[in-house]
Amino acid sequence: MSEPKTLFDKLWERHIVRPETEEAPAIVYIDMHLIHEVTSPQAFQVLKDRGLTVRRPDRTFATLDHSTPTLPPGPDGALPYATEAAAEQVDTLVKNCAAQGITLFGLDDPRRGIVHVIGPELGLTQPGKTIVCGDSHTSTHGAFGAFAFGIGTTEVGHVLATQCLLLRKPKTMRITFEGALAPGVSAKDMALAAIARIGADAGQGKAIEFAGPAVRALSMEGRMTLCNMSIEAGARVGLVAPDETTLAYLRGRDYAPKDADWDAAAADWMSLPTDDGVAFDEEVAIDAASIAPMATFGTSPDAAAPVDGAAPADGGRADDAALAYMRIDRGQAFQEVEVNRVFIGSCTNSRLEDLRAAAQVLRGRKVSDNVIALVVPGSEAVRRDAEAEGLHQVFEAAGAEWRLPGCSMCIAMNGDKGEAGELVVSTSNRNFVGRQGAGVRTVLASPATAAAAAVAGRLVDPRPYLREA
Amino acid sequence: MQAMSKITTRTVVLENENVDTDQIIPARFLTTTSRAGLGAHAFADWRYEDDGALKADSLFREDARDDFGVLVAGHNFGCGSSREHAPWALLDFGFRAVISTKIADIFTGNALKNGLVPVEVDAATHADLMEQPGVELTIDLEAMRVTTPNGGVDAPFRLEPFARRCLLDGVDPLGAILARDADIAAYEAVHG
Repeated sequence: MSEPKTLFDKLWERHIVRPETEEAPAIVYIDMHLIHEVTSPQAFQVLKDRGLTVRRPDRTFATLDHSTPTLPPGPDGALPYATEAAAEQVDTLVKNCAAQGITLFGLDDPRRGIVHVIGPELGLTQPGKTIVCGDSHTSTHGAFGAFAFGIGTTEVGHVLATQCLLLRKPKTMRITFEGALAPGVSAKDMALAAIARIGADAGQGKAIEFAGPAVRALSMEGRMTLCNMSIEAGARVGLVAPDETTLAYLRGRDYAPKDADWDAAAADWMSLPTDDGVAFDEEVAIDAASIAPMATFGTSPDAAAPVDGAAPADGGRADDAALAYMRIDRGQAFQEVEVNRVFIGSCTNSRLEDLRAAAQVLRGRKVSDNVIALVVPGSEAVRRDAEAEGLHQVFEAAGAEWRLPGCSMCIAMNGDKGEAGELVVSTSNRNFVGRQGAGVRTVLASPATAAAAAVAGRLVDPRPYLREA
Repeated sequence: MQAMSKITTRTVVLENENVDTDQIIPARFLTTTSRAGLGAHAFADWRYEDDGALKADSLFREDARDDFGVLVAGHNFGCGSSREHAPWALLDFGFRAVISTKIADIFTGNALKNGLVPVEVDAATHADLMEQPGVELTIDLEAMRVTTPNGGVDAPFRLEPFARRCLLDGVDPLGAILARDADIAAYEAVHG
């Protein structure tokens, strides 16, 4: 009997081109490289300067998401870019992909969307793969049992040129969610509860595997939300072992294996889960039934608490400066916190299931007169599916705006942003100072909680809204 | 990247913990296709008034950037986004090293590849340095120690050995992968 291995060990071992030594990191093969307009231009420039070409254009896929407008073209047919630089950045990726033979899901492509939404949606993201992107939320793809992580632009260049990276093997952490979630509680709440428990730096140098019955019970969308937020605990890698839910999601998707190849792949993928009796470097157990809908109250994602309560009397993980910025007092009940804007979208929570949850709250209700609400689907496919179900009509009837796909207000670099001083309840991943616009105060929450905040104009527990719907 | 073995410079102290890369360079400056000139936007929201004038009470030494080349920051520096624009901006501003009790993984990797030295020290050393803004110190990549000339601070630190070798030799790590082309081709022959 061979040594029991973790899912991560198995993924690591499969991709070693050269093993690590004391002096040198391992050379690790990358099965799929996703690129977008913001973190790739300087990498392509390095290739040009050094006379190198892209080693595996067939393993490289590009999309446009960060700088792209979510408003439709104007009367002149031109997209309303925030700046000329943004338009030029988009154009640069289009040209680089054409020159190097890389598949680009471009502005007119029905497959375009946020990089971490379309990879899974197209079946490009598969168990057992190594996947990188110049974007920290690449951890999202770990939901399929892939070794997926964000890299910087120099490393984007390394992968373009060699399809490899120099890596040290990270340590492992397992977070086990025992029991079952209560109704109205989502994967986003699990993520915020876990980060609040362990801290924003606890995952550094580690690959986190999410396990336990409450994780097994999640849809792929929920698992993606959970793995997406791994980086907010400091971990580049988040993982969920593949199972029947994973197979059911992938079967029949564009890039998924077909016929006999599918059977072989599926059998292989089912051998990936962590073996019994294996020791992780660190173990954390969380009672899923104890998790309530969460909201953040500080300027780091670990400053989170149940939204039906109050900010911690001792400030919790928010210091005086963070609380002052948020204009939230120690011990203040969340229902006293007034909301100015709501953003439902981002690679964390912009998939069909997320939009359905928001729509369940908003159906037959009105967004508060004091709130501007924006709903931004994660991809063209999500947009089509949502519109086929009439979700856009639910949002628009409630008084929310229904936009075109993109990263939008999560990173606020395409012109979608809040105004100084506004409080934004956002389904995105970062409540950093100024992230959603200079002086904007961000509260992170689930789609249902964000939708309830839009209706109430305050931070409220979404569960009564879900029950009455 | 230039070879380096020792950095002697003075400190700028940022007491904040969890300084994320959105603070180091806000996302609105990421629409560039170049890596040059980003120092103008380093800590933009901390350095500039709304009208674009430099803040009078800024922590940053605009007049003597090259003399104050190490940032001493609170725990978990560089967390958040993977944007390499963050170390590009710090280097272009004049910083050559960052000292904290913890520096985020992706930021650390990005910094090392550009010659910005990420130095993690123990809590007591960190507390000492936080109390002495502007102190001159030396980061020695041969001895792997941070010292102040008055002898008040003399602490070890670690760097990943290969990354350290690249800094000492001024060598780009891409060459190390390109040199293994045969191994990569062999892997591809088996795995497709």
